[in-house]
Amino acid sequence: MVDIPYEGIRGIPPAEVPDVELYHPRSWWTRYVFSQDAKVIAIQYSLTATAIGLVALVLSWLMRLQLGFPGTFSFIDANQYLQFITMHGMIMVIYLLTALFLGGFGNYLIPLMVGARDMVFPYVNMLSYWVYLLAVLVLASTFFVPGGPTGAGWTLYPPQAILSGTPGQDWGIILMMSSLILFIIGFTMGGLNYVVTVLQARTRGMTLMRLPLTVWGIFTATVMALLAFPALFVASVMLLLDRLLGTSFFMPSLVEMGTLSKYGGGSPLLFQHLFWFFGHPEVYIVALPAFGIVSDLISTHARKNIFGYRMMVWAIVAIGALSFIVWAHHMYVSGMFPQFGYFFATTTLIIAIPTAIKVYNWVLTLWRGDIHLTVPMLFALGFIITFVNGGLTGLFLGNVVVDVPLSDTMFVVAHFHMVMGVAPIMVVLGAIYHWYPKVTGRMLNEALGKFHFWVTFLGAYLIFFPMHYLGLLGVPRRYFELGDATFIPSSAHSLNAFISVVALTVGFSQLVFLFNLAWSLFKGEASGGNPWRATTLEWQTPETPPGHGNWGKELPVVYRWAYDYSVPGAAEDFIPQNQPPRATQLVQGAAS
Amino acid sequence: MAVALILLLVAIGSVLFHIYSPWWWTPIATNWAYIDHTINITFWITGFVFVAVIAFMAYCVFRFHHKEGRRADYNPENKRLEWWLSVGTGVGVAAMLAPGLVVWHQFVTVPADATEVEVMGQQWQWSFRLPGKDGRLGTSDVRNIASDNPMGLNRDDAHAQDDVVIESGELHLQVGKPVKVLLRSVDVLHDFYVPEFRAKMDMVPGMVTYFWMTPIRTGTFDVLCAELCGAAHYQMRAKVIVDEEGEYHAWLDQQKTFAELSPAKAVVKATYQSGGK
Repeated sequence: MVDIPYEGIRGIPPAEVPDVELYHPRSWWTRYVFSQDAKVIAIQYSLTATAIGLVALVLSWLMRLQLGFPGTFSFIDANQYLQFITMHGMIMVIYLLTALFLGGFGNYLIPLMVGARDMVFPYVNMLSYWVYLLAVLVLASTFFVPGGPTGAGWTLYPPQAILSGTPGQDWGIILMMSSLILFIIGFTMGGLNYVVTVLQARTRGMTLMRLPLTVWGIFTATVMALLAFPALFVASVMLLLDRLLGTSFFMPSLVEMGTLSKYGGGSPLLFQHLFWFFGHPEVYIVALPAFGIVSDLISTHARKNIFGYRMMVWAIVAIGALSFIVWAHHMYVSGMFPQFGYFFATTTLIIAIPTAIKVYNWVLTLWRGDIHLTVPMLFALGFIITFVNGGLTGLFLGNVVVDVPLSDTMFVVAHFHMVMGVAPIMVVLGAIYHWYPKVTGRMLNEALGKFHFWVTFLGAYLIFFPMHYLGLLGVPRRYFELGDATFIPSSAHSLNAFISVVALTVGFSQLVFLFNLAWSLFKGEASGGNPWRATTLEWQTPETPPGHGNWGKELPVVYRWAYDYSVPGAAEDFIPQNQPPRATQLVQGAAS
Repeated sequence: MAVALILLLVAIGSVLFHIYSPWWWTPIATNWAYIDHTINITFWITGFVFVAVIAFMAYCVFRFHHKEGRRADYNPENKRLEWWLSVGTGVGVAAMLAPGLVVWHQFVTVPADATEVEVMGQQWQWSFRLPGKDGRLGTSDVRNIASDNPMGLNRDDAHAQDDVVIESGELHLQVGKPVKVLLRSVDVLHDFYVPEFRAKMDMVPGMVTYFWMTPIRTGTFDVLCAELCGAAHYQMRAKVIVDEEGEYHAWLDQQKTFAELSPAKAVVKATYQSGGK
């Protein structure tokens, strides 16, 4: 028996953080409802996000019915159409994706992956969820108030957002801003937890450069969100004041429905700068956790270390930093100072380099791997295709002059759905198939999973790939109906109808997934603690699902990085992070 | 290997769709063919990368999918390879960015001989204004807007009196003459969008934005609003007609000036009101 030579194993530092006393639940209420266990909070976040996400899914069906078959559905009018697109966008970006990646996956995985007992501030973590739930309820309530939800578009650009020509001007916009303010308060409480837990509560031996990329992705995204959301917070407060008190932060002198309003002296462009100062990092707040998670899915299911780990970490950090100086690429045709175009086009295209490195490293991880085409791996492959596609069309829109004809067309809609809709959702779904056994102790049904993958992946590609060409043709976005326009041929309407049919199909296939989730909870095959034979700590817990406090009596000690797959000489094709060097079984004959 | 084949077919199908797509950009009507060229360069570079990455991935799935007894390689890093890929990506990015910035420079540099035309957006219609005989547009302010002065021109400005005002009609432009399109809104954001022109820009209340272009062919083009502006956004339409010089002047001669449209008594009334305060 000899140790596997690995330079990082010398000197396991002594415990820096004393083991913590957790608040142990005493009743059903404190165990399952007002729980301070990050794992329970994660499930609460995930279920709430999924529930409101289903509302967004139904809204997308209504939108597609209208776009594919204009004039057929009399229960959809122009005002409602705008309300649908607004709520769909806002829910998907913030209340579903942000909440699910950070509140859901972040809460579940961070403490387990870094070897902590829980988040460092469990009580604040619990509050975070309840404030988030309140934000979701306020948002959902707008469907039932007079005038309905706001139809200002998810970008909420003033002056339009708070004037009477826009649906939801009475209550919808007020509740929308209130809900966003609540969301940000709730997120900040959770986000501080994630950051401090990663920095302060890692177990012995878990150096930063031994963290799984999932944790790097969620950690960096959280730091970004803590810096970016305040811009949205400020913009929301100011817009709310403009609407409620008649202040003029964003409102110049203007005419409202034929009469001169009392507003004056504000700047609509200021709102756009604040919104996108948040809004662009937001894209990466959704993307970076996806980048991290998919790296771990690929590595685990290809039985191979992630290629270029250090470069992957630095790429995540570089993308996070750069994403704060690209925001005005959303504003090339906003009428802002034209010379900004040079700067923001350059920074935007530079981001392509670290992003491309990540893509190369994912596919190079597959090279000479032992690729198990499990459902999580299929979703990871689907992610790579849709992300590469959507990332490359970003090079069109980021290159200032190319953006001029394409902005505000369906090309933009197709691009951002591919890159921050379909691609991250591929990762979310892959991740659920991957970690469901840890959360429940049971496997999801594989046949249903494969069906779900192929319908979702091929369907989503068929929806959004051709849509780019409608935009290239010049079809504008956010149009209730296209009406008469000489440049739009009738074939474009046929394509719209086709896209709608596929969208409904993909939407309904998600019901198969929901069925699988529910059915497998009771009837799924028992998974054991580590069904994928993975190295990272969450798979090494003494119990599955992990109990409160995660680790039983002793915290794990980490001896190696997260990617010791197929190490030459080792008998198994994976070595868990907490396995001491001496305990590694070697191939017979390799020992001396 | 079915999965590898499907992945490869996605890449090939995308390329074929691109080649045979009946949906492509409209025939261009201005000098901004440079923009189309930049888009084409971008298509070539990104298309190559897309096919290369997907094909490589499909090959890996085909060649290295799990079989009994297969074991993956162990190679954490390859500095040389990572370095080369980064440099190669940088070159590709530069090849797209450089022409883009050159064309952007042209886009924001208005030629000295461009004539000015004003387009004004309001919920949910378009108005247009051309300079009169003096060749200058008069000043305007949203506070001047009245039923007989929908564009809010300044009555005290002599340059405004001979401005040609076209309300919710059709804008005519002369082929071959560079034009600086000044953009103004009185209520919310709008965007003057003619697909064939390629150029467009938002109209923002409280400021004047612009773009410039030279129409290169005659014809009638749809004007749409490209920035969400409320309930009837999708119905905010007009037409732009690009004429030969003779037809253009014949049309221009029929248009009314601000002084003609705005009756004298209204001017008196306005003077009285301002004097009364």
